[in-house]
Amino acid sequence: MTITVFAFYLFALTAVAAGLMVVLSRNPVHSVLFLILTFFSAAGLFVLMGAEFVAMLLVIVYVGAVAVLFLFVVMMLDVDFAELKDGLAQYMPVGLLVGIILLMELGLVFGHWIIADGAPALRQAVAPMPEDTHNTVALGNLIYTKYIYLFQTSGLILLVAMIGAIVLTLRHRPDIKRQNVLEQMYRDPAKTMQLKDVKPGQGL
Amino acid sequence: MGFFDSGFGLFLLLLGQVLAVTGFVMISLLFLVYGDRKIWGAVQMRRGPNVVGPWGLFQTIADFVKYVGKEIVIPAGADKFVFLMAPLLSFVLALIAWAVVPFNEGWVVADLNVGILYLFAIGSLEVYGVIMGGWASNSKYPFLGSLRSAAQMISYEVSIGFIIIGIMISTGSLNLTDVVMAQEGRYGLFSWYWLPHLPMVVLFFVSALAETNRPPFDLPEAESELVAGYQVEYSSTPFLLFMAGEYIAIFLMCAMTTLLFFGGWLSPIPGLPDGAFWMVVKMLMVFFMFAMVKAVVPRYRYDQLMRIGWKVFLPMSLGWVVIVAFLAKYDVVGYARWTTGG
Amino acid sequence: MIAADLSTVLPELLLAIYAMAALMWGVYLGKDTQARTILWATVGVLFVLAVFVGFAPEGTRTAFGGMFTNDGFGRFAKVVILLGAAIMLALSEDYLTRNDLMKFEFPILIALAVLGMMMMVSAGDLMALYMGLELQSLALYVVASFRRDSLRSTEAGLKYFVLGALSSGLLLYGASLTYGYTGTTTFAGITSVLESEDMSLGLLFGIVFMCCGLAFKVSAAPFHMWTPDVYEGSPTPVTGFFATAPKVAAMALFARLLHDGFGAAVSDWQQILAFLALVSMFLGAIAAIGQRNIKRLMAFSSIGHMGFALMGLAAGTVEGVQAMLIYMAIYVAMNIGVFAFILNMEKDGRPVMDIGSLGLYSRVEPARAAMLAVLMFSLAGVPPLVGFFGKFYVLMAAVDAGLTWLAVAGVVASVIGAFYYLRIIYLMYFGEPADALDGKMPVVHFAALSASAFVMVFGIINLFGVEDIAAAAAATLLQ
Repeated sequence: MTITVFAFYLFALTAVAAGLMVVLSRNPVHSVLFLILTFFSAAGLFVLMGAEFVAMLLVIVYVGAVAVLFLFVVMMLDVDFAELKDGLAQYMPVGLLVGIILLMELGLVFGHWIIADGAPALRQAVAPMPEDTHNTVALGNLIYTKYIYLFQTSGLILLVAMIGAIVLTLRHRPDIKRQNVLEQMYRDPAKTMQLKDVKPGQGL
Repeated sequence: MGFFDSGFGLFLLLLGQVLAVTGFVMISLLFLVYGDRKIWGAVQMRRGPNVVGPWGLFQTIADFVKYVGKEIVIPAGADKFVFLMAPLLSFVLALIAWAVVPFNEGWVVADLNVGILYLFAIGSLEVYGVIMGGWASNSKYPFLGSLRSAAQMISYEVSIGFIIIGIMISTGSLNLTDVVMAQEGRYGLFSWYWLPHLPMVVLFFVSALAETNRPPFDLPEAESELVAGYQVEYSSTPFLLFMAGEYIAIFLMCAMTTLLFFGGWLSPIPGLPDGAFWMVVKMLMVFFMFAMVKAVVPRYRYDQLMRIGWKVFLPMSLGWVVIVAFLAKYDVVGYARWTTGG
Repeated sequence: MIAADLSTVLPELLLAIYAMAALMWGVYLGKDTQARTILWATVGVLFVLAVFVGFAPEGTRTAFGGMFTNDGFGRFAKVVILLGAAIMLALSEDYLTRNDLMKFEFPILIALAVLGMMMMVSAGDLMALYMGLELQSLALYVVASFRRDSLRSTEAGLKYFVLGALSSGLLLYGASLTYGYTGTTTFAGITSVLESEDMSLGLLFGIVFMCCGLAFKVSAAPFHMWTPDVYEGSPTPVTGFFATAPKVAAMALFARLLHDGFGAAVSDWQQILAFLALVSMFLGAIAAIGQRNIKRLMAFSSIGHMGFALMGLAAGTVEGVQAMLIYMAIYVAMNIGVFAFILNMEKDGRPVMDIGSLGLYSRVEPARAAMLAVLMFSLAGVPPLVGFFGKFYVLMAAVDAGLTWLAVAGVVASVIGAFYYLRIIYLMYFGEPADALDGKMPVVHFAALSASAFVMVFGIINLFGVEDIAAAAAATLLQ
């Protein structure tokens, strides 16, 4: 048990510290790297909770794909830090005020946090604890049956995101040459090339 | 309750296992590099390394010592921490992936339920070594190289993922031991997944080449245009770590190919005993193929590489997932080998 | 079981399949050359679905374990949404073609946005609510910046996206607090918990956060900041679309959440809504006075109108929901006419959005000026036009629910707001003469404008029976 507890605190502390560093670090690339560390620690926490499938997905999808794209974008940005700081000084008081108010509200909420008496039963009813199946199987059974509506809707949302990205960014340039592989492959040398016997000193 | 059931004993046991696997990987690494160069040399009608030790066997060790003995040069404008983290990351990640690779039934450090996903996840992390190295060097060639290879690795990861899904559908489990056990059958090597999943073996092999930045997809290191890609600024031990990480990743891909398609430790001929021996032999054979490809195939152009990844491999592997799903659902022979769950 | 579920969501399913089929059609059969075909096909599909939904059998049916509710309320909202979207899409064809924006993705994105709206108004679960909302919003962000080479359009899309993401965050936060307390995301479950147990502070915060998130989506003050910029920057047909279907969907979603989910805690959210309504009405009335850009003006007008619709919701009664539904239906009808006119405010083929350009318009085009005047009177809520009845129902509902002060404030705000509507009429009839706008107007636009004005005048006889239908619809929400 002690190892589990130790691992929990390790991952939790790393997640919190790295999360803080995402906001605090001066270099945006470092921020993204800390973000990755945060994701990774979160994956560790998922493993500790016994949700290894979700943990692996978190690593594969967020760390392996999404964060890489973040990193791409951030690395290519030309960020002027002095300019950023200007805005910071200007908006800091307001931001701080909003932040403190939110924090106080949250403190209020969690200070008085109660859970409805009926809540645990309702929670159980939605996701029955799978005793003897892997959580991968249990998850599959759930999202492809009970939550199929939400699952398919998320698919549609991703489709919209894809259409949007293409509509807003894809430009067909008619003025550039493109390679057409099939055309190249089906080109017949006999038709496109002729060999001529050039006599010395005469030329064609 | 024996000593090895107690907390400390368990720890020692685990440590021993980890050391054994690491040792195996590191020693094979030494001779793989040697073998790679020998095969390459033989194809090109050269001798290859033949000076240090009998038949040049200790060449890699000499190289190792040389690398470690040199001075580490860190460029002035580099981001020191990230610069040094990058090779470390790519080496460590390549090593920890071996935790879930079973060499025989039960011969595995961590028998995870999601072993395949773990391998895939670690594989997808390896791109960070490349990106971080390229960016932290604060130099144009490494940066371009790292962008290229990151794009390449991500592109091919997608099709590897789909191919793995096909295997998962056939097996009904994400556990690597289950995958191997599902390939056990009366017909020896004809029961393995390479036969029912034949088109995907080729795709997987090519994707594995691209994923590990091996020739003919060694675009990040394309010396004629990018000098040496993300490794330009690296020297000495950090460079050694990059190289070692790359070879370990390649060997891991060999292990993955063996486990997913060639029956892991199962013996190819019915009647002969199964064992870790077969696993190692198969891995070496796959590695031989890797080395041969490096020796005989010319390098691809970058746009060609991307087109193959996204326009050929991705649709094919995606289509295969759909086909396998139907074949497995209607229990066509050899496609549904569900042992657990379901 | 799945068959029953699928037949319950049949209209949504058909629309989703249509959108994907149209996408394939467009991609493989000639891209933007197919844009016009797809646009009119989408108009047709939306219209057919409106008829299909409108004549669907009575009764409340749920699907997917209560995540989807197909009831009278939802069907009413869906018919308004589908008709509004179909008409605005039909109106947009001319503008898109002339401004080189005729891409085949446009109607598909609109179809997917409408699908999201239909999911929103039928949501029976916090997760389904969020999914529908995101589907709608994401498609709308894209169409807002559809003119990608224009700085303003890009700005509009980006602003909408960032603030929309923020509001989604608030909504999700509220939803998670709600889940934390009640242990369920289904509206039925939340209601059952609320009925048997007391309100907790956490749940109250959840409700507040969710109301804030939704107030963003309906552009109610003080969460309205994005509205003028997005209205101004988006291509005009998109602005017209924003002003119709999404508003109805968001209001219906608001009603659905508050009554289906938190129906047992009316007294807790009533004050929030009353506040939102009050601020929106006054802000819409006062801030619009200084605007000379007609799209920004319509943005503030929509904020004010949302205030009135929220007043209906704040009543928390069947009459209140009925009044809100009637109000939204009338609002959509008015906006269709107004935007059919705005789409043709052009000089030498370039859009002119300054209201000064309408100077003495009545001398140039007396018929159109008269129709716009009717619509403006109606927007202002001048009796005896239909717009007045919308406000009348809302005010009655508020008074009946004991919110007399809010009703009085509404009357005051509407008197203030009348100023800028009347100013447009003044400009058209007595203002400084301006260079004449281009005279041409496509038949479709003229038809929409005159139909809208016709409805505003002759609707006063019996509101075309909307009253009873809305009453029945509202009753199904609060049974």
